[in-house]
Amino acid sequence: MTGSRLPAPAGSRLDRTRPLRFTFEGERYRGFTGDTIASALLANGVRVLSRSFKYRRPRGLYAAGSHEACALVQLPDEPNVPADRRPLADGMTVTGQNYTGSLARDRGAWIAKLGQFMPVGFYYRAFYRPRGIWHVWERVIRKRAGLGRVEPTTPHGYHDKAYAFADVAVIGAGPAGMAAAVAAAEAGAEVTLIDENPEIGGALTYGRFDTDGRQADEALKRLAKAVREHPTITVMTGAVCTSIYEDNWLAIDGGRRLTKLRARDVVVASGLQDGLMVFANNDLPGILAATTVQRMIWHHGVLPGQTAVVATQDDWGYTAALDLAEAGATVLALLDTRAKPGNSALAKLAKDRGIELLAGWMPQAAEGEGELERVIAAPIEGALRAADEPRSFDCDLLCVSARPAPAAALLAHTGVKLAFDPASGAHVPAALPPGIHAAGAVNGLAPLDRVIADGERSGAAAVGPAKGGRAKASRKPARKSAKASAAAPQPILDPAEGKAFVDLDEDLTTGDIRDAVALGYQDVQLLKRFSTLGMGTSQGRHANPPGVAVAAEARGDEIGAIGLTTARPPLAPVAFGTLAGRQFAPLRRTAMHRAHVEAGAQMMVAGAWLRPAYYGAPDEAETRIREEAVAVRRSLGLIDVSTLGKLELRGRDAGVFLERLYTFAYQGLAVGKSRYALMADETGAIVDDGVVCRLGDEHFYVTATTGGVDEVYRTMLWWNAQWRLDVDIANVTAGFAAVNLAGPASRDTLARLCDDVALGAGDFPYLGVRQGHVAGVPARILRTGFVGELGYEIHAPAGFGFDLWRALMEAGESFGIRPFGVEAQRLLRLEKGHIIIGQDTDGLTHPYEAAMDWAVSKKKPFFVGGRAIDIMRARGLTRKLVGYKIEDGEAPLPKECHLVIRDGEIAGRVTSSAVSPTLGYPIGLAYVPPDLAAEGSRFQIRADAARMVEASVVALPFYDPGNARQEV
Amino acid sequence: MKIMDCPLNGPRNISEFACRGEVKAMPDPDTASDRDWADYLFMQSNPAGVVHEWWIHLPSSYWFIAERDTVTGEIIKTYPPDELFKRPNRQLGAS
Repeated sequence: MTGSRLPAPAGSRLDRTRPLRFTFEGERYRGFTGDTIASALLANGVRVLSRSFKYRRPRGLYAAGSHEACALVQLPDEPNVPADRRPLADGMTVTGQNYTGSLARDRGAWIAKLGQFMPVGFYYRAFYRPRGIWHVWERVIRKRAGLGRVEPTTPHGYHDKAYAFADVAVIGAGPAGMAAAVAAAEAGAEVTLIDENPEIGGALTYGRFDTDGRQADEALKRLAKAVREHPTITVMTGAVCTSIYEDNWLAIDGGRRLTKLRARDVVVASGLQDGLMVFANNDLPGILAATTVQRMIWHHGVLPGQTAVVATQDDWGYTAALDLAEAGATVLALLDTRAKPGNSALAKLAKDRGIELLAGWMPQAAEGEGELERVIAAPIEGALRAADEPRSFDCDLLCVSARPAPAAALLAHTGVKLAFDPASGAHVPAALPPGIHAAGAVNGLAPLDRVIADGERSGAAAVGPAKGGRAKASRKPARKSAKASAAAPQPILDPAEGKAFVDLDEDLTTGDIRDAVALGYQDVQLLKRFSTLGMGTSQGRHANPPGVAVAAEARGDEIGAIGLTTARPPLAPVAFGTLAGRQFAPLRRTAMHRAHVEAGAQMMVAGAWLRPAYYGAPDEAETRIREEAVAVRRSLGLIDVSTLGKLELRGRDAGVFLERLYTFAYQGLAVGKSRYALMADETGAIVDDGVVCRLGDEHFYVTATTGGVDEVYRTMLWWNAQWRLDVDIANVTAGFAAVNLAGPASRDTLARLCDDVALGAGDFPYLGVRQGHVAGVPARILRTGFVGELGYEIHAPAGFGFDLWRALMEAGESFGIRPFGVEAQRLLRLEKGHIIIGQDTDGLTHPYEAAMDWAVSKKKPFFVGGRAIDIMRARGLTRKLVGYKIEDGEAPLPKECHLVIRDGEIAGRVTSSAVSPTLGYPIGLAYVPPDLAAEGSRFQIRADAARMVEASVVALPFYDPGNARQEV
Repeated sequence: MKIMDCPLNGPRNISEFACRGEVKAMPDPDTASDRDWADYLFMQSNPAGVVHEWWIHLPSSYWFIAERDTVTGEIIKTYPPDELFKRPNRQLGAS
């Protein structure tokens, strides 16, 4: 076939003035704007799109829509592209999938000959004996399994997320969906109408609902106009609703954009999905679902074959046969599995067109080398067997109208049970949860006028008086009674030769299902897991009806007794990029950030904050860090500690409250004084630390760790939600900038900028707290000792942070002030033996293990971790945090988490380790067994490359044990 | 995504909330046995049915109590903690 197209009105999606060029398997082709990859290929006579999953059989388009895996193709940077949905773009390079060599001559197709060695469930049965053989097989299988090829160098494309709201979301813009949207909008609702196709209209855009198709044309015109003109209806086309999550939270995949839509009510009008007719070689390219044939004709102007046979289980196949005949194809025969045609007017029209009607017939086999060349048809005898009087038809198209099933997977996501309805021969939704409505064909309804009426009913029900709307409720139309049209059972043939597939994704045949049932996998859930029925791309949407029918027959049971497997999101495959979106992460900068950047700081992430790690080039990091530490010890340094957590507690009970939260005592703390604060949780584990400052009788200012403050704040609020003490707690972390001016010259430097606070050693001693002004900025000044030198922590309103920093840097210039970063601070605090919560403690460390007995008050009646700490203390310690030094100058420096080893067993671990810039030798903190915790004890650390390093326990702090330098 | 009805902020996405476990009374720390205290710390009743839990609305740091059915996932009711904790507790551990 050439690239010729049918004239308008066929090809409604095409813009024939805009041709597109593309290649498939290296061959050049042309299509039009409005084509999908599949329609353009079919227009060029290309039918084989891929090879099948297991047997590598050639496969082509069967069902249009986001269903079976046969029409998945490969783009250079994207695998598993659904060719029947992806719009064709100019210059596209498309290849098939799942083959070795070329698509036409797959070098891997020999595997099909081994079919008898790959019985159902073969990977559970074949590869596990002898022991260890799986590892050999795994390499072979991994290479062959899967579908498309992922190109690892593909850049992350642009994807984003949107958040939307609607009173009523309607899924599916076919006749029922459009009617529902209009009814809901007219009752006053904001409506979003969602459809995966590029246009609204659904089956009305290609289907023929009466003899001449006029009914569909009129309904489409009327409903589409009403949808377009209604101001409160938002239409989303080209968008797949992949699931309905709790409280009507819809995930809508628009390709580049994932919309998360919250709807008060949801109307599911997802219509029907194509079924599969089961006979030998029912997977040959050239066998197309009737709706696919009609979409190709009416959407894309493509006639999928010149000589056709139509096989049908219902009236729909007659309309497809008429479409084919009117588009110029020769229809050799219409095989109707029913003994009598349902609609005599359609039958007469078909006869008038010269189409031979064979009632009670179906295809027995399809034949052809790689593509369909012949259909062997036979009359059905008995329930499911074809009699042996076949006729052969030479043709290039077999148009199949198997009984469609309600597309109810989205409803199943909401917990709706699907019950087998003998009348329609399909599983239809049973009771719906509140806020979920189903409309139209998904309810098992036909014909068109009933479908539209059901759409109007459910649209109104979604905005009924109970929802504050104006719509009047009307009764749900009943499905046709079983007596009127008991659907004939689906005819399924077990061929003597060739494979009859029930699952095209997973290459499962009728024989596979029967074998699985015979092996005892009778329960539908077990059957699925053992055989992989329904576990492919379409998640069983085309495979479950025939699969369940075969299983029912094999069990000798009713279809309704078999049940269905659980449908889970997503409805259709979703690209990882769509889920990932744009990858935003919040980042906090301190008020002094610009000053750090200008000073050449290397920034590191601490919690959500950016902090200077050190100042200077990365290749000089070690030197710079050491210089910064030395500057603090010798003269003066300044560090930005704005990221510290800061809490303000006021009220009559603030002191009592703090004593309950922290391990220390605070009621007796004098105004103008500060005290270390260690917080343990109810299990006695250390969770945070900081400093409590008393600014007034009923006013405390409390610092917390950078990463811990949010949890500390929440924990405080949680306890006081129960205690209801008279205390107001505010997290003022972002409100204050803070610096630590540290070093012997800090007092003289501060004196240059502060004239309303007496700074003398007697006036403002160690652990004192004052309020005054620094460089004209209102400030809270804390004499702290974290780095072990004379120093002042200055907290000022964040808006003044930058000016404060600049003023201090200028004032300290003559003393050689250096800004220092987190790395230098870590060294300095280690020399002083101060722990860092989360580095030197873990989720179990209690204060006695961390050698912080001094921070635990023994006099208080209660504190949060108190009881648990008492219990653990009474049981005796199992480990203790100690300071150690390493005397061997040649030994490698241990790293954090290197293990302490005793007699070949793990006895502890290192938590902090560094070469002390002040002392000149390696020091660290480590957990060791209590009997190794005494000063002078020696223990072994296993460093890199398993080298054992000897360490000896020393008293803490390492530096200035008398605190003479910080308490001046 | 589920919606939770915050007593302070109204209905919000569940991702704005965090749960701190079931509401349970602290035994008297002075008289409880070690075993009772360990039970209080580590044992959860975890019923298949209605639970009373602490929840917080994270952006506003507001704690409240939710009644939830662990079988159906339904959030039955939410209310401020002062409905349960009516009076200040100043006596804790002072006995």
